[in-house]
Amino acid sequence: MAGSLDTAWALRWMRETARVIAVERAALIDLDRAIGDADHGENLDRGFTAVLGKLDTEDAPATPAAVLKLVAMTLMSTVGGAAGPLYGTAFLRAATSLGDAEEIEAAQLATMIAAARDGIVARGKAEPGDKTMVDAWTPAADAATTAAREGSTGAEVLAAAAEAARAGAVATEPLIARKGRASYLGERSIGHQDPGAVSSALILEAAVDAAGDGAP
Amino acid sequence: MSVGLVIVSHSEKIAVGVVELAAQMAPDVVIVAAGGTDDGDGVRIGTSFERVRAGIEEAMGDDGVVVLTDLGSAVMTAETVLEFLEPEVRAAVRLAEAAIVEGAVAAAVQSQGGAPLEEVLRAAEGAVVSLSPQELQPFVSGAATGHGEGGAPGGTASPAGSQVSGSFTLPNRMGLHARPAAVLAAALLELDAEVTLNGVDATSVMLLMSLGLGQGERASVEASGPDAQRALDVVRESVESGFGEPS
Repeated sequence: MAGSLDTAWALRWMRETARVIAVERAALIDLDRAIGDADHGENLDRGFTAVLGKLDTEDAPATPAAVLKLVAMTLMSTVGGAAGPLYGTAFLRAATSLGDAEEIEAAQLATMIAAARDGIVARGKAEPGDKTMVDAWTPAADAATTAAREGSTGAEVLAAAAEAARAGAVATEPLIARKGRASYLGERSIGHQDPGAVSSALILEAAVDAAGDGAP
Repeated sequence: MSVGLVIVSHSEKIAVGVVELAAQMAPDVVIVAAGGTDDGDGVRIGTSFERVRAGIEEAMGDDGVVVLTDLGSAVMTAETVLEFLEPEVRAAVRLAEAAIVEGAVAAAVQSQGGAPLEEVLRAAEGAVVSLSPQELQPFVSGAATGHGEGGAPGGTASPAGSQVSGSFTLPNRMGLHARPAAVLAAALLELDAEVTLNGVDATSVMLLMSLGLGQGERASVEASGPDAQRALDVVRESVESGFGEPS
């Protein structure tokens, strides 16, 4: 049985995200080189490396929301590309939705993922099918909501969201990009997964792994 | 005091360059560059929440701030910063949907002339509209160098109608460059008259500058409306005085 989804989980989630992004850095750069400006992997790695630095040096945040807010502020100031304001807004809205809860229930988790998705949509003004992060976050939010309604545990809600996000990212491959730098390429954007959708799946998968590693 | 401007670009050099260009025409306006991003390892391409936030703070006076951005994520970064501002500060900030170079120059000129926030915003957002192909046509077709309908030197008024015209030779070495274009357009804006100079709207700084009129070239003016004669006089006086510059 996975541990509870508390501040320690949120911290593990962010550390795991930083680790995975560092591992996948080159792959994300390659994806973004194909259809963008080749900076997504580097920018995100820089951002989450800065997050690690803050987690190591500053006082530990007291709630999951405080962890996510610190991540949001750090990403916005350090990422540089579109992922900065997009993920920054996502984590900030996610943090706001949690309030001062110390432990996150399944339904709250679904609300949190939906809030993150709404933040990305509000900031980037993309719709499903535009070949963006939204194509990972929308199925993730929907799957999380369904799982929570059906009585799943928090860890199961996360797993459902991550699985849907990955499927959504894979499904961006045949799409024509309609937002961001990739949209300038038109039909040449076909045949590559969207790097933002892929990194979104990585982030949600890291949340699942962090939940599995919890203390009993 | 005047409306401040913040120039947000992915490139620090672009932001600094736009500030330099716009400031030339607006020496009293606070224009702040917020280009590139810096996470401690030096400046690189991107936009920075912190730089934009600090830029707005620096540019903010009593009259508000207009923010101009380049590509997509610069807009997103600026919008995110706006979300974080205190409501009373936020209320004095406008995010212009404008071409960064043309918009910044037009906004700077308006601000220099003491225009309020909404007018500066409108100038920024209208800068590209004023460069629509139809309006470019008159001088693209060569009218800029040889227009003028043989009007007598010094100008002729048409007492019968409200339409007057004149043709004047530019005596100053620099010609109709940015500063005089701004002064002339601003003066004509205050009059109730439709004024064209070599076929372009003489109240548009960008279009006047685009004519590229140099020393010895002629400015042919047509004006109509209640203040037509005054408009013609304004142009005559500024041109014949060499815009107050050395010949």
